[in-house]
Amino acid sequence: MKTYLPLAVVLVLASAYGFWWKGTRGAIRSNKAIPGHRLSAAVLGEELGSRATMVQFSSAFCTPCRATHALLSQMVIPMEDVKHIHIDAESHLELVRTLDIRSTPTTLFINKDGIEVGRAAGTPKREQVLAALAAIN
Amino acid sequence: MSEVLDKPEVQKIYIDARGPRFSATITAIVLATALVTHNVWVLIAQGLVFLIGATRGPQFTPYGLIFKNLVKPRLKKEAPTEDVRPPKFAQAVGLLFALVGIFGALADRSLIFSVATAFALGAAFLNAAFNYCLGCEMYLLLVRTTTRRK
Repeated sequence: MKTYLPLAVVLVLASAYGFWWKGTRGAIRSNKAIPGHRLSAAVLGEELGSRATMVQFSSAFCTPCRATHALLSQMVIPMEDVKHIHIDAESHLELVRTLDIRSTPTTLFINKDGIEVGRAAGTPKREQVLAALAAIN
Repeated sequence: MSEVLDKPEVQKIYIDARGPRFSATITAIVLATALVTHNVWVLIAQGLVFLIGATRGPQFTPYGLIFKNLVKPRLKKEAPTEDVRPPKFAQAVGLLFALVGIFGALADRSLIFSVATAFALGAAFLNAAFNYCLGCEMYLLLVRTTTRRK
């Protein structure tokens, strides 16, 4: 017996989710930050930037992680007070749980005190990164 | 701290990034056929494709070979490459759904067949239409929930 109903349901639900997903990837959202949590050089394994730090969580099964890494590491080269720290999510699972990192790449924007001010899931755009960094003093 | 990207096995294999998306399109059509006709043989055939993709790599599946031999020579632009492991992971997830669906059909549970096929179709469709990265969204959650807190 042929029925097209399940197919229609799948395509509608998947499209709705797909548009939502596409729209949220890369957006830097302050409301997703974990309040009150402080990241330190001891936890991250590297000194923080003197003004801001972008902490990128990546995993092996993730194609956009590479693009995000290329973008962010290249962007911080002329910035003296901003650092880009790259973390393998899989080997830092406790930190991943504490910070509630769900997908990769996820990039946290933290200030000089290690407090998160926003995060981006997916590859952010250059202008979005610049705007987020400009908002951190 | 870029141990992920610096791992030699990650740097080793690169494939044309357009291949997996082309394969996902065919996969979605095949799975849609399986869902509409309720034909378990279609799902078994797709399951075999997933098996090759998950074990040997997505570039060795029949769809990957069609892309390589028929589609790629006709594409003019420079090929963007990607690590083979994200699409390989997606193939493994597809295989899992296909196995559940085949089991459902053999056990005469048509709802299990439909739901499993629907999930596999949803993932393939998202990949084809939105360039959805299953490994990005699922892998970390999977590791987080399957490993114990210390």
